[in-house]
Amino acid sequence: MQVPHLPVLRLGRNYESLDKLEIKDHRTGEVKAVVSTINAGILRKDFRKLGEARAALKKFTVSQLIEMSAKAGELFLNGTLPLGDKGHTQSAEEYIATLSATSGLPHVMVRRNMAKIHYALTHLGEILNGLSRGLDMSILDAGFGEQFGTKLSFFPTCQALGLVMPSNSPAVNSLWLPAIALKTPVVIKPGRDEPWTPFRLIQAFIAAGVPAEAFGFYPTDHEGAAEILKTCGRSLIFGDKATMAQYADNPAIQLHGPGWSKILIGEDQIENWRDYIDVMVASISDNGGRSCINASAIVVPKYAAEIADALAQKLGPIVPKKNDDPEAKLSGFANVKMADFIDAQIEDGLKTPGAVEATAKYRNGPRKVEFEGGVYLRPTIVQCDSFAHPLANKEYLCPYASVVQCPQSEMLSQIGYSLSVSAITKDEKFIEQIQAFPEIERLNIGPVSTMAISWDQPHEGNMFEFLYRRRSIERGW
Amino acid sequence: MIQLTSEQAQQQLDAHLREIIAWHFSPETGCPFWLEWASKNFDPRKEINTIEDVKKFPHFQDEWLRDLQPEVWVPKEFKGKPFNIFETGGTTGMPKQRIGWNDFRVDYSEFSDKINDEHFPKGVAWLMMGPTGPRRLRLAIEHLANVRGSSCYFIDLDPRWVKKLISNKKFDEAKAYMEHVVDQAAMILKHRKIAGLFTTPKLLEALAEKVDIYEAGIRGVFCGGTTMLPQYVRFIVEEVLENRIGFYPTYGNTLMGLAASVPLRPEDNFSITYYAPQPRAVLRVVDPKDTEKTVDYDTWGRVELTTLTKEFFMPRFLERDEALRRKPRAPYAWDGVAEVRPFGAMEKTIVEGVY
Repeated sequence: MQVPHLPVLRLGRNYESLDKLEIKDHRTGEVKAVVSTINAGILRKDFRKLGEARAALKKFTVSQLIEMSAKAGELFLNGTLPLGDKGHTQSAEEYIATLSATSGLPHVMVRRNMAKIHYALTHLGEILNGLSRGLDMSILDAGFGEQFGTKLSFFPTCQALGLVMPSNSPAVNSLWLPAIALKTPVVIKPGRDEPWTPFRLIQAFIAAGVPAEAFGFYPTDHEGAAEILKTCGRSLIFGDKATMAQYADNPAIQLHGPGWSKILIGEDQIENWRDYIDVMVASISDNGGRSCINASAIVVPKYAAEIADALAQKLGPIVPKKNDDPEAKLSGFANVKMADFIDAQIEDGLKTPGAVEATAKYRNGPRKVEFEGGVYLRPTIVQCDSFAHPLANKEYLCPYASVVQCPQSEMLSQIGYSLSVSAITKDEKFIEQIQAFPEIERLNIGPVSTMAISWDQPHEGNMFEFLYRRRSIERGW
Repeated sequence: MIQLTSEQAQQQLDAHLREIIAWHFSPETGCPFWLEWASKNFDPRKEINTIEDVKKFPHFQDEWLRDLQPEVWVPKEFKGKPFNIFETGGTTGMPKQRIGWNDFRVDYSEFSDKINDEHFPKGVAWLMMGPTGPRRLRLAIEHLANVRGSSCYFIDLDPRWVKKLISNKKFDEAKAYMEHVVDQAAMILKHRKIAGLFTTPKLLEALAEKVDIYEAGIRGVFCGGTTMLPQYVRFIVEEVLENRIGFYPTYGNTLMGLAASVPLRPEDNFSITYYAPQPRAVLRVVDPKDTEKTVDYDTWGRVELTTLTKEFFMPRFLERDEALRRKPRAPYAWDGVAEVRPFGAMEKTIVEGVY
């Protein structure tokens, strides 16, 4: 039987390219779908139609789009939706199995990612309320209005929201979901190995009544990605440190790079460290350690060796399991070279004095293993004697964390940028210092996982403020 | 063009080959380089009778065109007649040089018969936006326009500069230069009546983003210079030219002349096949590991060029290109080369830039 073909979605028009990528099962190599790919010239041509794409959404009120988004959420979670343009369909279970097979994420993690996306879509009203600080969304429909005793007017900052997506975690798609309700078309370059989630989300939105013209799905090359970032007016990009540096000074581009998320334990709580081991384990290893909000460093004023050993006892024995095993905790690597690179980099880092791998003795075998044809990296905890060690502030696509001993008074000067920080302390003075520290994006106080998400609070920037700006307005009539 | 059978084409080629060999290797007509070569190796007049025999020659070395003075290539019959010196496209360092007198006129007069008056109306001007300078193409395009009763405007692009910018990762400068070139073309199109355009695919794409080229009067585009794989050709035909403007992709260079493409059929799926201007030039797709062997049809191999004119004889030159070998297709009774791309394109990144 013919494998499904995912066409380019050109703002309401399907397009089958002569150039196609094969998306394969990471264990067996079986082709699960082919994806049409296009050059930047097609994007440049289609961008002339972005005004029409926006006009297609403008016909609806925000309230109607919120309702459609909720319906899309249900369809995404439970529905059978079109998969490509050759008559194939995809049920929720088929989505889980296929995404798992090609990305290496176990079913249980795909389900968790689906649940996050479903939550975001079905709670958009609350999310937008939080992001806009209670704005009456009918003001967006009319363009102006009065609320909070003042005149308000907002205008869109862009023609469309551009997205250069990663392949590592499906839930990152939840970041763009509010755009539709905010009447902003999306132009998506899917991750090389993960076209499934954006395609299924788009199909869910269309089935829920959102015009197909509002969606661009453009598997393309680097030049195409750069075109999206340059032209859309507002874009999100996911990538490594080098990619981030390239766009660091561009306010139209929201960067989602490595998180370097951390857990800090205060001097007041360090004697109770055993009580927080489970929070640390969850922060390091949930979602297979693939998220930017997974903790990649545990920073403690003392007991670093003991904490590293306790984490290693819990994480070290974890082994790959079958994709559909509900106990599966590790993700396979669709890109085996990435696993080779990470493994080699950790081994190389361990050659620098000042670091000990705590997990080695509990793992009873190599870090990189093959299981049923797939390649996996087993959890790795490294105790580092300072942040100067090359492995102290590293983030890898697997359950990996350093445990670094550092006096509380020096923690904030040492940790650097951290997307998510859980500060386990009741020391008000320390909490005050942490709250004032500008290099932390998301802050949890107390024994809360770094993975905890509140959708109505900003995540690396407020999507409402990214897509709309307020202007002052006076009307003579 | 007279339709030949394969046998007739073969006979015509072998007869032409014998004539060219006799010309270049006879002391009364030949050039110093080949006469000296024959004195040290063998007398081709005795051993080369068919195109198959050309394999007795070693591969032509491009250093010979870089290191030797051009005079060594002057056939005795042309001695004393000033020649044109043409250089190859994007080469950096000392370029390869080919001398010539009239070959480019012959090649392009013949090509004129392969383009449609509807797309290149006789008497209406052309625009060339591409590498001029020391390249044969500059005079060739003007000649092509002239034989059709037309004149030609020129916008220069220096491919060597572009290559240097890209190699040095000065992408912004390369882009600015490309815009500078395209802006000039847009200006000419705005103020002058032009129907025919010669350019490279990337420049065509950039020009069409700036100007509605159909509305500007362009009816035919003659393109060459870089890789044009099927999806890119489709993009040019459908998205850039919007199926309204005639598209004539060609494969050529200073050493060969010009290989025209056959019109695309639906079953070609936008895969372009080019046919050498036989008998003046012969293209063979060879196994890169054993260049004696011609690869099977629809198989990738390296392009080998043999040029056979009275002005220039160049046996078995290995081009820096690879291609699919294709079967003869009317009106051509010899093999074609398809989907030409830089040799080793699958293994390494090649700097092609805007050229």
